[in-house]
Amino acid sequence: MSVLIYAEHRDQKFNKAVYELVSLGYRLANELNTQAIAFTSGDIADDELKSLGRFGCKTILHTSANVYDDEKQLAETISAAALENNAKVVLMPHSFRGRAVAPRIAVRLKASLAQSINGYPASVQPMVVNKRAFSGKALVKENLDGDISVITLTPNTFGLHENAVGAVVQALPDNAGAPATRVLQQEVQKGKILLSEADIVVSGGRGMRSADNWQPLEELADILGAATACSRPVSDEGWRPHHEHVGQTGKVVSPSLYFALGISGAIQHLAGISGSKVIVAVNKDPEAPIFTVADYGIVGDLQSVLPRLNEAFRKHKSGN
Amino acid sequence: MNILVCISNVPDTTTRIKFTADNSAVDYTGVQWIINPWDELALTRAIELKEAGKVDKITVVSVGNAAIEATLRKALAAGADEAIRVDARAADSYATASHLATAIKQLDADLILCGIESSDYNGSSVGGMLAEILDMPSVSSVSSLEIEGESVKIAREIEGGRQQVETSLPAVLVVQKGIAINPRIPSMRGIMTARTKPLKVVADAPADTRTSISTYEFPPQKSSCKMIDAENPEQLVDLLHNEARVV
Ligand SMILES: Cc1cc2nc3c(=O)[nH]c(=O)nc-3n(C[C@H](O)[C@H](O)[C@H](O)COP(=O)(O)OP(=O)(O)OC[C@H]3O[C@@H](n4cnc5c(N)ncnc54)[C@H](O)[C@@H]3O)c2cc1C
Repeated sequence: MSVLIYAEHRDQKFNKAVYELVSLGYRLANELNTQAIAFTSGDIADDELKSLGRFGCKTILHTSANVYDDEKQLAETISAAALENNAKVVLMPHSFRGRAVAPRIAVRLKASLAQSINGYPASVQPMVVNKRAFSGKALVKENLDGDISVITLTPNTFGLHENAVGAVVQALPDNAGAPATRVLQQEVQKGKILLSEADIVVSGGRGMRSADNWQPLEELADILGAATACSRPVSDEGWRPHHEHVGQTGKVVSPSLYFALGISGAIQHLAGISGSKVIVAVNKDPEAPIFTVADYGIVGDLQSVLPRLNEAFRKHKSGN
Repeated sequence: MNILVCISNVPDTTTRIKFTADNSAVDYTGVQWIINPWDELALTRAIELKEAGKVDKITVVSVGNAAIEATLRKALAAGADEAIRVDARAADSYATASHLATAIKQLDADLILCGIESSDYNGSSVGGMLAEILDMPSVSSVSSLEIEGESVKIAREIEGGRQQVETSLPAVLVVQKGIAINPRIPSMRGIMTARTKPLKVVADAPADTRTSISTYEFPPQKSSCKMIDAENPEQLVDLLHNEARVV
């Protein structure tokens, strides 16, 4: 038996979400009296692979095959590793790729699937997980009735737990055939903190007034090492790129801290932020619904409040 | 080129959700039903492509009892050519994907579009499962779809960027934001013609399920919001640092 973890990497580096996944995998494996095994594919240095040992993973399976752009192939490869190692649980990050291939793996393994679980399962034998439903309006306990479970984890819901062990890398053969899906072109922004992984998110709504007013918001994000985000009308208007749109029809985020700046707090926006630990709202309207979900609020005009907020955070960061 | 759009029938996104007395199920009395927002965008893109002469036929498919026919009629009114209802229970994602597959195997679709998630159970599962059951390639988080003759140009979002990809057909595309911007609202004429468009009912044996929900609850209520004077942003910084411990 085993717990198999798909350790996705980007630019040959693991991110926090993967270490968090390994932390959870280690605890699950302990409870099941078995071992956590990581699986990854594509070019990546041995030292980076072994860094998974910090969170309790002793065995790392690695194939140099570049199968990760084709969802069918990636699902086949991970499923084969799961069968080979008699995996009882397959853990995946809830990233674009993780959530795309998890359903395919579940079908191949005749497993139960739960996408985007919140934290450690409520029960492991039988497997019962905590999830959101109705876009955050409800929380549910879901029974995974199959013998095998395929699970993706919502980032920031379990946390990092160190358990340093020596990790051994095992090379797997590259026996992938020709992919059905090929990448023709790729654009990736470098050096930006990703919305889906960020611990702090600074988000602007229509109350920011125009595309030209985003500089102080980006400054706040810079000071805090945060990702930037926006409400739907802001991206529909083209003030900000579509990938920043948070909410029911955009991204769902679960940071430790979410700043809602000039966002009214419509139910469809809240659908994307209800997993945030702490919400700060700045709005000139004291009646704005965002204040009913916020932990801290400032009533005021962003044009004057935001620069002062930046000043205060800058002071704090520089330690005086 | 034939496009098939999978439609999920969901409560209006502004619906206040209620549970049954023992919290074991959702109480749907009085709920307004809509096409799942992502499926609606998928359908909108299919209609745009048909209007541009790139698509021959649009079929919409859904799984459920006769009550979902109203939602399928809305899809016909918006511009789909034909609707299929698989007369079965969409008991979980796997059962839904299995029933959709039964219907789709009898059709010849080049592209099958599914929304990235449904706004009720947020499962994010049906599209990928369907592709695996049908043994087709899938491309997910698709934010742009163009058709040129027999080839399709697809853009998908990835962490921090996007990729232009090609794939062999038939394929399942799991679509998200950007595929279309404003959902197509049925016109009066559309609503009239929808009445005469075919809506077929396909029977299917009950499918296996692999998950079940045992309890529903409301998220914990937030304690009241602490208000901070706009003149004193240092206090916010202090509270975030010393009380909430997030900065
Ligand atoms: C099916 C469907 C799906 C949707 N999906 C989403 C989604 O995913 N995400 C999303 O965000 N929305 C979504 N919406 C739209 C949603 O209903 C709201 O319209 C939207 O969230 C409002 O955005 P906003 O808060 O930026 O703008 P507004 O509602 O216009 O609010 C602007 C706020 O800024 C404040 N303000 C104005 N000027 C200032 C100032 N100078 N200083 C301080 N405050 C100021 C105002 O008091 C107001 O509260 C969806 C709608 C539908 C029907």
